[in-house]
Amino acid sequence: MKRWGVALFHTTSCVMQAEKAFLKAGLKIKLIPTPRQFSSDCGIAVRFEWVDLNKVEEILDFSGIEFDTIHSIDQRDNIRET
Amino acid sequence: MIYLDNAATSWPKPPEVLDSIKEAMDLAGGNPGRSGHRLSIEAARRIYSCRERLAEFFNLTDVLRVIFTPNATYAINLVLKGLLKPGDSVVTSGMEHNAVMRPLRFLEGQGIRIKTAAGGADGTAGEDEIEDQFDSTTRLLVCTHASNVTGIVQPVEKLTALAHRRGVKVLVDAAQSAGILPIDIRRSGIDFLAFSGHKELLGPTGCGGLLIHPDIDGSQITPLVQGGTGSRSDLEYQPEDWPDKFEAGTANLIGIAGLEAGLKYIQARGIEELREQSIKLRKQLLEGLSVIPGVKIYGPSDPEAAVAIVSFTIKNKNVSDTGLFLDEEFGILTRVGLHCAPVAHRAMGTFPEGTVRLSPGLFTTEDEIRKTLLAVRKAARS
Repeated sequence: MKRWGVALFHTTSCVMQAEKAFLKAGLKIKLIPTPRQFSSDCGIAVRFEWVDLNKVEEILDFSGIEFDTIHSIDQRDNIRET
Repeated sequence: MIYLDNAATSWPKPPEVLDSIKEAMDLAGGNPGRSGHRLSIEAARRIYSCRERLAEFFNLTDVLRVIFTPNATYAINLVLKGLLKPGDSVVTSGMEHNAVMRPLRFLEGQGIRIKTAAGGADGTAGEDEIEDQFDSTTRLLVCTHASNVTGIVQPVEKLTALAHRRGVKVLVDAAQSAGILPIDIRRSGIDFLAFSGHKELLGPTGCGGLLIHPDIDGSQITPLVQGGTGSRSDLEYQPEDWPDKFEAGTANLIGIAGLEAGLKYIQARGIEELREQSIKLRKQLLEGLSVIPGVKIYGPSDPEAAVAIVSFTIKNKNVSDTGLFLDEEFGILTRVGLHCAPVAHRAMGTFPEGTVRLSPGLFTTEDEIRKTLLAVRKAARS
């Protein structure tokens, strides 16, 4: 079962900043509508491969991009909070 | 047709601007950042991309401090009404547009004092004159970077340094200068820079913005409007996040897409080259007008002391008659009257009649200026 991570942000602008930073680092990501089970802060979230979690956290820390929370989901949408 | 009204709005726009608008409508036509589908996401990308380019263009490191507004007027209103409190005073130069004066006169009724530094007849306000107006209640200096009546460029960097020594913040109205004069927010220290997207920046009408210096604490500024931002939708209160706090309501996607193409065009040609060309055209206008009997020119005679704007009157001729004559007989489009800047015309002694304003743009040719000068000569003789 494929495990994904979802990074949530407060604003669309921050999602845009994160998208650029993740793509620059070569991560495989996709912008998705924020899964309803999470906060409704921003309509768009960044989905990434869970194996890249450390890299995602590192990039967010290093760049100073403001983010809300990071969650994990699997294909059946079972939620695991980190 | 010869279009000499670029100070009102630039025309024509580079073809890339029109292409970019159409492309945004076709390929990114969703509501930016509101929905999670591809058209909405692509729209958000276009807007972010323009934000980033503007930050780079004006040397602002924090992209989120680029605020989009419908025009420079809105950006100026945002700062004046969001920052000033009863008891504060504001100092302005003597060349301000009504985009500055009208909100200030409105605020006067709410206990804010306005002090204008009267400069010379060309409207320049010297450092001493500005400094004389400062007192312990002065919160803000508002200064137009380039006058929309004479084109004169104010020494905003010096004035900013002066204001900062007195603990006064600075709002620069760059409606006529952004895109043709280099502006570096970080080096100049300008606290608030209001710009128009559709003049020298070559975007379509309906887009403008405000750039806010990193040292400004955003919590001190109340937004002009509150509403949906696509973020923190669980809250009934306006979020504090930049830029959402100041950008309620759906953004002008096509305007912003066009503006980015305009910026790219300027960057590709180089602002120095464009500035040189505009100085050349202004010089040609000044030299040609100065030898026409009965013509009086207003503003600086040094072509480099102004952006590409020249104001003039013809002795014993009504300015509106001159404007109509140039349009009907020669297809030359100018703007006559007070140019929404009664304060500037009072300083120049041209109130209430006003002047004829010629404002060449990036696509104006020397041949068009030559034809215009011949036409003005005929107008003076008619």
